[in-house]
Amino acid sequence: MPTSPDATGYDLAVIGAGPAGLAGAVAAADRGLRCALLDAGARPGGQYYRHPAPELRAARPDRLHHHWSTFIGLADRLAAHRQAGRIELLSGRHVFLLEAEQGGDAAGRSAWRLHVTTGERTGHLRAAAVLLATGAYERQLPFPGWTLPGVVTAGGAQAMLKAGLVLPGRRIVVAGSGPLLLAAAASLTAAGAQVPAVVEAGDYLGYARRPGVLAAVPGKLGEGVTHGVALARHAVRLRRASAVIEAHGTEQVTAVTVARLDADWRPVAGTERRIACDALAVGHGLVPQLELATELGAETRTVPDGTLALRVDARQRTTVPGLWAAGETCGVGGAELALAEGELAALAIAGEPAPSGALLARRRRLRGFAELMAAAHRPGAGWPGWLRPDTEVCRCEEVPAQRITEAVEELGATDARTVKLLTRAGMGWCQGRMCGPAVAALAGTLEPAADRRPLSCPVRLGDLAQLP
Amino acid sequence: MLTNPSHDVVVIGAGVVGAACAYYAARAGLTVAVVDRGPVAGGTTGAGEGNLLLSDKAPGPELELAQLSARLWNELAQELPAAIEYEAKGGLVVAADPAGHRALRAFAARQAAAGVTAHEVAAEQLPQYEPHLAPGLAGGFHYPEDAQVQPALAAAHLLRAARRAGAELHLGEQVIAVLTGPGGAVRGVRTPRRTLAAGAVVNAAGTWGGEVAELAGTQLPVLPRRGFVLVTEPLPRLVRHKVYAADYVADVASGSAALQSSGVVEGTPAGSVLIGATRERVGFDRRVSTEALRRLAAQAAALFPVLAGVKVLRTYRGFRPYLPDHLPAIGADPRVPGLYQACGHEGAGIGLAPATGLLIAGQLTGAVPQIDLAPFRPERF
Repeated sequence: MPTSPDATGYDLAVIGAGPAGLAGAVAAADRGLRCALLDAGARPGGQYYRHPAPELRAARPDRLHHHWSTFIGLADRLAAHRQAGRIELLSGRHVFLLEAEQGGDAAGRSAWRLHVTTGERTGHLRAAAVLLATGAYERQLPFPGWTLPGVVTAGGAQAMLKAGLVLPGRRIVVAGSGPLLLAAAASLTAAGAQVPAVVEAGDYLGYARRPGVLAAVPGKLGEGVTHGVALARHAVRLRRASAVIEAHGTEQVTAVTVARLDADWRPVAGTERRIACDALAVGHGLVPQLELATELGAETRTVPDGTLALRVDARQRTTVPGLWAAGETCGVGGAELALAEGELAALAIAGEPAPSGALLARRRRLRGFAELMAAAHRPGAGWPGWLRPDTEVCRCEEVPAQRITEAVEELGATDARTVKLLTRAGMGWCQGRMCGPAVAALAGTLEPAADRRPLSCPVRLGDLAQLP
Repeated sequence: MLTNPSHDVVVIGAGVVGAACAYYAARAGLTVAVVDRGPVAGGTTGAGEGNLLLSDKAPGPELELAQLSARLWNELAQELPAAIEYEAKGGLVVAADPAGHRALRAFAARQAAAGVTAHEVAAEQLPQYEPHLAPGLAGGFHYPEDAQVQPALAAAHLLRAARRAGAELHLGEQVIAVLTGPGGAVRGVRTPRRTLAAGAVVNAAGTWGGEVAELAGTQLPVLPRRGFVLVTEPLPRLVRHKVYAADYVADVASGSAALQSSGVVEGTPAGSVLIGATRERVGFDRRVSTEALRRLAAQAAALFPVLAGVKVLRTYRGFRPYLPDHLPAIGADPRVPGLYQACGHEGAGIGLAPATGLLIAGQLTGAVPQIDLAPFRPERF
């Protein structure tokens, strides 16, 4: 297990080896910091740069990726720093508890203890500073039939493709909301799947309201156009202001019902149409993964898409001393923004006085665009209109919508936490990552509450008994 | 600003104690309003394990209260939906060595004199009670009257029953003033949204009981005592009783501020095993204590070695409302006419709630109390 190379520990521990973490680790190591780079995955890259295991001998992993050359550049720098002993890459490690050490400080002595598990074994390491780059997970909004085999998350479909070159089906409807849908549909068609429709709940009009912000990020526009052209070539139909309101099938999804939505995402009666398919890839945007920071009391802000993100200053400092954050943890914004923020954080941690104006400007531009996108894809309040009383909302604990309604209307639950106490929704293996946003919406919570989750993932009791 | 029609009583706090006060008051025919700044079970109730214990209580006023409550929970289990997960599962207290077993024997004998049923369990009989217990224990005592409920559901269903009997519920509204009239008598409460007029106000605000007492112009030294609980993955029923080690009793009664921990292990209908409970006085510090987690895990694994390989899915913390002598404050507060105290139940609030509610309702209606309330009088500090 990873343990500190010496009594003083690392200068910096970076949690998460996606774009933000990779950029942060290599930039910090460039400046002479000794870094630990931890990631739960088997290989660095995170969800964005997920790529096949070498054993699969993918001829061209770059075909599924934008900016593959950026990743190759980072990977090369990482390799050089590992060789030089400046970065220790600790893959397959999940940080389950981040502890501020008593008496620790940032002036030379370690201030953090990171408790780490591989699932089989646990250990810990120490570091003077921590950069949290834990990314995001997909937001799921339940609908009748969403638990059928063949229904996968949009990101899950991407991940299957990127890591294993596997398709979830041959005829795949892509649905939900957010820019990931177009990217997923483009990847799926490129890999040979038929995509009869991309069903987007938002109306995209939000983008047009602030054309200045759009003009400032031509790269993002270019990305959208590339996806659009790719989809047009494969005759993929984009249905806006629509949603999959039911998946049909008994053993496996065989068709979906798509309906138009009003401005509040309420299904419009009489607009339903059935589309045959053998898989459905569905996702409603991403939710920043924050529990290691919120457990420490880090302040959050509500992003226009309704999710919580960490509040950071101009140099990516959270409100917890010694804890920095970059990328999706500061609000979902994509890989380019994550790269800029990771580098900015590294510069600040390395004690550089002021970063370059160009880097700051890039972040500002991309962050502005991210907020605009977030507003366009915020779930409307009317989405529970497509639930039925028996629609399962929490899959781990098998809690249907009606039990949640009962907890709210009859039993006095006014927030997601109380719904959980009264129904067990969110108490299962995923600890509410899957159903949390839906439960909060059904509880009538307008502003989400930060997770207080002392253990970020399951840990063996025997290992807890050995905690240092 | 709304002015609701006058009530007989306003209960501040929608935890299990406030819920029980509302339930028994409404059942006694009083008009009741319950107000809480958060949701139902938002404080200590929502962080509890649902212990209904006699086994950990020495003869005295708290045991009397617990015995009355045990009878009432038994009745409530018939009246409220099965969803409250009442289980008359019994408790098993085990001793690691002969000295510990002798101490348990002496304790049980004193309890027996006070009417508590306890059966001695010899070392070789322990596996019949708990097949997965660690070998080598010196023996234990079985307390068939110990039981368990799911505390948040118990509070919610008590409140629902109270509402069906006419009680009003105002959640998400913090009491910002306790209104008093000439002579200092209570006239009701004010929240940012409404004024609730009433001739009686019950302070069932748990850990925040001291603040409510202050609003009413008096004082109650309620302080928080932090606890952590571990929750495992769902398992087949490995643990049948509430099982804990003998030193738990000493920890409960201790006045020390330092971290104390004695593993209390129990299964739940959902399959998870709950492992409590640490006690430490650190104010409202919510930060996780690795030392607390380590000790809980180690003690649970010492009692049930099979648990060492099981995954802990989550841990949560709560703050028990304690008073300096570890007894709750229950009853009319002579310093403020019309004010009734019902808080400071520390870690036993789920167990002691029905008796507290019944006694408060009794005082409000002029009934003869079932037990002597003098030890719980609020002005004793």
